[in-house]
Amino acid sequence: MNRAALVRHALWPVVFAAALGPALWLARAAFGGGTLGADPVKTLQVTTGLAAIVLLLATLAITPLRRLTGWSELIRLRRMLGLWSFAYVLLHAVIYFVFDQSLDPALIWSDTVEHPRIAVGFAAFLLLIPLALTSTTAMIRRLGRRWGLLHRLVYPATVLGLLHYLMVQKLDWRVGTWYVVAFTVLMLLRLVRPRAGVRPPVAAG
Amino acid sequence: MLIRRAPDLRAADVTDESLYQNRRGFLAGLAAAGVALTLGERRALAQGLAREGGAALRGDDDPLTPFETVTTYNNFYELGTGKDDPARNAGTLRLAPWKVRVEGEVAKPGDYDLEDLLRPHRAEERVYRHRCVEAWSMVIPWLGVPLKDVIARLEPTGRARFVEFTTLLDPVQLPGQKSRSFPWPYVEGLRLDEARHPLTLLATGLYGKSLLGQNGAPIRLVVPWKYGFKGGKSIVKIRFTTSQPANTWAVIAPDEYGFYANVNPAVDHPRWSQARERRLGEYFKRKTLPFNGYADQVAGLYAGMDLARDY
Repeated sequence: MNRAALVRHALWPVVFAAALGPALWLARAAFGGGTLGADPVKTLQVTTGLAAIVLLLATLAITPLRRLTGWSELIRLRRMLGLWSFAYVLLHAVIYFVFDQSLDPALIWSDTVEHPRIAVGFAAFLLLIPLALTSTTAMIRRLGRRWGLLHRLVYPATVLGLLHYLMVQKLDWRVGTWYVVAFTVLMLLRLVRPRAGVRPPVAAG
Repeated sequence: MLIRRAPDLRAADVTDESLYQNRRGFLAGLAAAGVALTLGERRALAQGLAREGGAALRGDDDPLTPFETVTTYNNFYELGTGKDDPARNAGTLRLAPWKVRVEGEVAKPGDYDLEDLLRPHRAEERVYRHRCVEAWSMVIPWLGVPLKDVIARLEPTGRARFVEFTTLLDPVQLPGQKSRSFPWPYVEGLRLDEARHPLTLLATGLYGKSLLGQNGAPIRLVVPWKYGFKGGKSIVKIRFTTSQPANTWAVIAPDEYGFYANVNPAVDHPRWSQARERRLGEYFKRKTLPFNGYADQVAGLYAGMDLARDY
């Protein structure tokens, strides 16, 4: 199996299954006779939020991985990881809108303007929406160079997402430290010069 | 050989929540069918009927939060910061013998065996709403003695204006105290008139059983119109003071947690709304009531105070 086939037929399904893991775990707990604990809504919120952050960082790990290994084919994983991350963000937001705020726009608005942690999370969510919408191959072609510019929004979105995560902790800020460290490392690795032969990501479609 | 009789308070009769939820019909049905009731069942029936008579103390007809939830979803950082940590780690807590030191502005200071402290008082069951500052809530059938009765016997001096409650400090029994992020031991306090209010309870049990470690065994404070963190757990010291005690959360984060900590939907926590709460077991949030629904009984304590300032 050559490298491209390995990524496409082995790595891709494995990563897909791993990303599906938290959703399957929640579904099994909710419907499969398991339990989501004493506060099911909180369990759903915490799990989807954490999955979103981890997958967002995994998405941002693809570019440095390609550069360090020279495996251009890893680009195939990036859209899938990014979309999975967005799926969890969307679920996270919907749980908040439905169960916490009973879909009441007035409640959502006041909670957002009065509590910075909600505003920060909301902003991260809004920034990710255009990225998910323009993730199709057709949109990548149509937007051309502008697609790359637009998708730089992933950086502020991740910063806001991490900030949101730190702000929701009751006391212990150390909980989120490792995610901040991971993000910093991923950003620093972008300063590393690409290995010869690694094509820029957009061209790989 | 002396066989010490367990005090009435600690007598543990296992009563599960279904019996509690529907004790009258269930037990009456049993009795009608000629089934002999055990002592525990008769006690549960008596307590249940007494409670239904004492509607003022029950406050509402919300179903009780299941025993399983009450004993596995806890904030007791001394036993771990996760909600399920305290239930897992409570085994290290040695509940007997247990002494409570009484000191400060009081005529009868001393080191009391827990049993001696409580024996003269009649244990009561009180079903209270429990509202956490984190915006979740439960309904719990506590067992305990009114704090006012204990205070009356200890005879605070005329100078006493506050009561301070200190949790056990022992990193072996409470391994969470090895963490330096808190100024252990945990301290809570009440104004003397709050402590003497008939609703304020020194709890030693719930669901008709002795308290478990995760719920603050063997003795904890329950102040149903305040956020849950006001209820100090595993108390080893009761001190009567002239000045306002420095309670732990107000020391750690004074802009987020105050001394009074009355449940107040109109005053938000800086990071989240207190207008609504999630009753554990429900999916959608419900409105939070001023003073957790006990305003008729306690609002008078705070007449003339600005509760947005004294949060």
